[in-house]
Amino acid sequence: MKHNTIIITGTRKGIGEYLASYYLNHGYNVIGCSRSEASIAHLNYRHYCLDVADENEVKKMFLELSKSYAKIDVLINNAGIGSMNHVVLTPLKTVQNIINTNFIGTFLFCRETSKLMMKHKYGRIINFSTVAYPLNLEGEAIYTASKAAIESFTKILAKELGQFNITVNSIGPSPIKTDLVKNIQHAKINSLIEMQIIKRFGEFIDISNVIDFYLREESSFITGQTIYLGGIS
Amino acid sequence: MTNEILNIVYEAISELNELSEKKIEFTSQEKTKLYGSGGSLDSLSLVNLIVLVEQKIEEKLNKSLVLADEKAFSQNNSPFATIDSLVEYIKELLT
Repeated sequence: MKHNTIIITGTRKGIGEYLASYYLNHGYNVIGCSRSEASIAHLNYRHYCLDVADENEVKKMFLELSKSYAKIDVLINNAGIGSMNHVVLTPLKTVQNIINTNFIGTFLFCRETSKLMMKHKYGRIINFSTVAYPLNLEGEAIYTASKAAIESFTKILAKELGQFNITVNSIGPSPIKTDLVKNIQHAKINSLIEMQIIKRFGEFIDISNVIDFYLREESSFITGQTIYLGGIS
Repeated sequence: MTNEILNIVYEAISELNELSEKKIEFTSQEKTKLYGSGGSLDSLSLVNLIVLVEQKIEEKLNKSLVLADEKAFSQNNSPFATIDSLVEYIKELLT
């Protein structure tokens, strides 16, 4: 397989770590990042310790990447944080942190990657939404709002980048056993799973399956879309 | 510094001209209009030019710049109105 280069944000644990390992095993060069040191050691893996919402750090990373890699083929904006709380009890700082990591981080990585992809007139960008958006879940107002912003952003970016042969899509995972859901009450998670057509936890492979679909050469006509897992729409 | 930046902008415009059907004529040199009234760039070509200039600044000056600006698409006071205003804008960002 041709060695393509893929950027994945939030690769230290959970879905990001899985995706980095998965695409390394599929022959990609993987560039990952997280706030802390890498959990992956591989010849074709490069890690950056940074805050995805810090413009200077992100710009510095892309300056290095533009010198080291001929092109970037894929961006997966996985980095995200969540917080369950009633709006009335939510501190402003929490809101700022969630918007910064989830939306600003996605924006910065899309902007900088797009510049490199435009040069080569090819690219695939995949952003992360959530089923909490179509379900309008109580207690997840801020997290869901940040993901709603990502969905709108994805659709408009798809329009702006379409002429450069760059597709932009998103995936909306249902609950998966990661750190993001471990602090949510079992009853709450179970009631969420009951809303799905297929009533089970999502698996990592369900995520990589949707991303693989977006990455296929035959998916060049698919852009501005969101696929939700578990039958949510 | 001004000459270095000017050369970068000229190089970026030359590259853009190779890619576009509608060419930017350099006859008025620094006064050449780029975007807005009398300019030859549409919004898409402006995006392309900004990306090319940013990349050349990275390559040649080893500086990472974001040329995006609130006023980028303003018809009246866009920093991308002429080659001159673009060079001045880059100089300002680099200092």
